[in-house]
Amino acid sequence: MTFRVDVILKEAPQFAAGLGNTIWLCGVSMALSLALGALFLVPLTSQKPSLRRLARAVVDAGRCIPFLLLTYIVYFGLPSLGVVLDKWTAALATLVLYNTAYMAEILRAGWASLPAGQTQAARAFGYSGFLLLRRIILPQLIIAVGPVIGNQLIQLIKDSAFLSIITLPELTFAANAVQSYYFVPFESFLVATLLYWALCAGIEWLVRRMERWASQMRRAHA
Amino acid sequence: MLKVATLLDLLHGAGVTVAVSMLAIAAGIPLGLMLAAGRTGRIRVVRAFCAAYSSFVRAVPVVTFMMLIYFGLPALGIALDPFPAAVFALALNTAAFNGEIWRAAIADFPHGQLEAARAFGMTRNVSFWRIVFPQIWRSSLPSLVNEMTLLIKVSPAIAIIGVVDLTRKARQISAVTYEPLPAFVSAALIYGLVLALLVAGARWLERRLARRFGFA
Repeated sequence: MTFRVDVILKEAPQFAAGLGNTIWLCGVSMALSLALGALFLVPLTSQKPSLRRLARAVVDAGRCIPFLLLTYIVYFGLPSLGVVLDKWTAALATLVLYNTAYMAEILRAGWASLPAGQTQAARAFGYSGFLLLRRIILPQLIIAVGPVIGNQLIQLIKDSAFLSIITLPELTFAANAVQSYYFVPFESFLVATLLYWALCAGIEWLVRRMERWASQMRRAHA
Repeated sequence: MLKVATLLDLLHGAGVTVAVSMLAIAAGIPLGLMLAAGRTGRIRVVRAFCAAYSSFVRAVPVVTFMMLIYFGLPALGIALDPFPAAVFALALNTAAFNGEIWRAAIADFPHGQLEAARAFGMTRNVSFWRIVFPQIWRSSLPSLVNEMTLLIKVSPAIAIIGVVDLTRKARQISAVTYEPLPAFVSAALIYGLVLALLVAGARWLERRLARRFGFA
């Protein structure tokens, strides 16, 4: 067989557009679900056991649903309840909804590993609820769970490939469009997988830089 | 409401999901061990290949990987039917993650025990199967089970090459009945049940192992 580099070069803009869509969709939904996950920390770390258990159950149930099934529920299921979303809104909503359960769990686990004395001291100083979260817990938490969030972003990027099934023009969809037009399946999917590899390697590199920066900050303030 | 026949149809899809996942897991765990052996071994080319393979496969979405295997490989003369292709792709995927789990377990293994084994004249091979493996499979069990749950959750990717698993079944039913939510919600409950059973089974096994061998 001949490797059709010419087709790949000619269709480079389509791959670039797909990659761009993958990046911005995952980036925006990561930011949104980080905020929503942080809000979820309030019930997850509540003093009331019943509220805490309910929040845990919701998060655990959310983490049991495969991404594609959730996409179907949002895109094909919600219209029967009168909520009709176009594919872009549905894609973003699914990514945020799915990822929020994971972010909430990551933040909760990070919170549980923080020294309990700090929270007690803050409560003794009259901090509670959202203020306690924003001023005392979150700043330390973000640094502690940074690498885990990086891994979760990679996970999210990989799950976003499922969105090609609802014809959202992200990277996998672009690869599929190119391969079905020119019939170059091997070249097309190989390029897509290499682009995903590069993207994830880039994220891992950024996470390592951030970790180094965080440890330098800690040493500077110690 | 969901009819009994529809529910049976969904359960059939669930059976396909479980079968494909179990085959992939059964192949992926020993494959992962081979990858870990390759990465901790003495042959440099094998080490580099295993490291590159693991990094590549772990970074690529299962959907895209599935398409590369099913639509792309025939161009190289390797054409697989959908079901074997699904098992093959999922096995190759989970093997990379299992490889990382095995590798971490081997790296964490107490060095003194290995030196003792050497002192008793055991070869690398014998000391691995007699000393290392019987201990690391127990300590790796929770991570391996965690990877199994992740595999089941990405298994809907097999629908893209035409294998009718639980998610695709639910989609078909919803397209026929024009009532999408009952089918999707039932499918979600079945996934939850399968994952809960898997996790409960693993906890039970861990407890038994802890009782049998002391702290795992």
